[in-house]
Amino acid sequence: MIRIGVITFPGTLDDRDALRAVRVAGAEGVPLWHADKNLHQVDAVILPGGFSYGDYLRAGAIARFAPVMELVIDQAKQGLPVLGICNGFQVLTETHLLPGSMIKNNHRTFICREQELSVENTATAWTNQYAPGQHITIPIKNQDGQFVVSDAQLAELEAEGRIVFRYQGWNPNGSRADIAGVTNQAGNVVGLMPHPEHAVEPGFGPDAASGPRQGTDGLGFFASVIKHVLT
Amino acid sequence: MARVIVDVMPKPEILDPQGKAVASALPRLGFTQFAGVRQGKRFELEVTGPVDEAVLAAAREAATTLLSNPVIEDVVAVRVEEEPAK
Repeated sequence: MIRIGVITFPGTLDDRDALRAVRVAGAEGVPLWHADKNLHQVDAVILPGGFSYGDYLRAGAIARFAPVMELVIDQAKQGLPVLGICNGFQVLTETHLLPGSMIKNNHRTFICREQELSVENTATAWTNQYAPGQHITIPIKNQDGQFVVSDAQLAELEAEGRIVFRYQGWNPNGSRADIAGVTNQAGNVVGLMPHPEHAVEPGFGPDAASGPRQGTDGLGFFASVIKHVLT
Repeated sequence: MARVIVDVMPKPEILDPQGKAVASALPRLGFTQFAGVRQGKRFELEVTGPVDEAVLAAAREAATTLLSNPVIEDVVAVRVEEEPAK
């Protein structure tokens, strides 16, 4: 069975939901600890949401130097699929595996709502089960979610197709070019602010055409990485 | 004990939501003299021995690797502050 690791840092909140999403998708969830010095032979790694180290200094800044991250960075450069969700995305930008950074939302308030996204790149390890341009709805909840990137790097991201998700309907935090998620050049490392792991089970997801709380649009992330590892 | 002071500011081209919030609160208290506010961070690194060039070099490296994120912030000063004699 495919083994997908989920890292818990002090202050991580969504590790259990991520592990559950992995199981719902049909893989084995492997809990990883911030102080771990090996990755326990996992096939992919998820950095979940929360407030690692209390968001002290900058969101993700201290988690980036946790012992387990040295292994994650090293393996990610060799092709290990890595997904950063929310705080996990912030950690990945702090490692510079992913471009840009996140600052406070432009309206300065915490948001928690269902968010429509378009999937702009379906070639990554985490999005290959979506259709190009497909719209999905998953929850978003953050205070430091405004994606910022330099003009030069934005042009590079656009040219290389490395913008994986864009906000649709409204831009919830002032992110540059409506960017909700990006990938590295190889497509194995993906980060986004919204939460696919909260939209994997009917009855507990966002509202959908099939009924209230029936949305499971987040499942595709986990199905994608399973497909990626198997091929 | 000496201190190395590191000042970090958001890059000029990056929106500073905290500074904006402070700026909009000032006039409510009658402070109408200020056209804008930017909010940064000050770190005080305490040093037990003398602050030599090696310590300063270490402080500069810490400033750019951990204390700031070069994507969104600039290190605007790394300087020594001697504690005044009591």
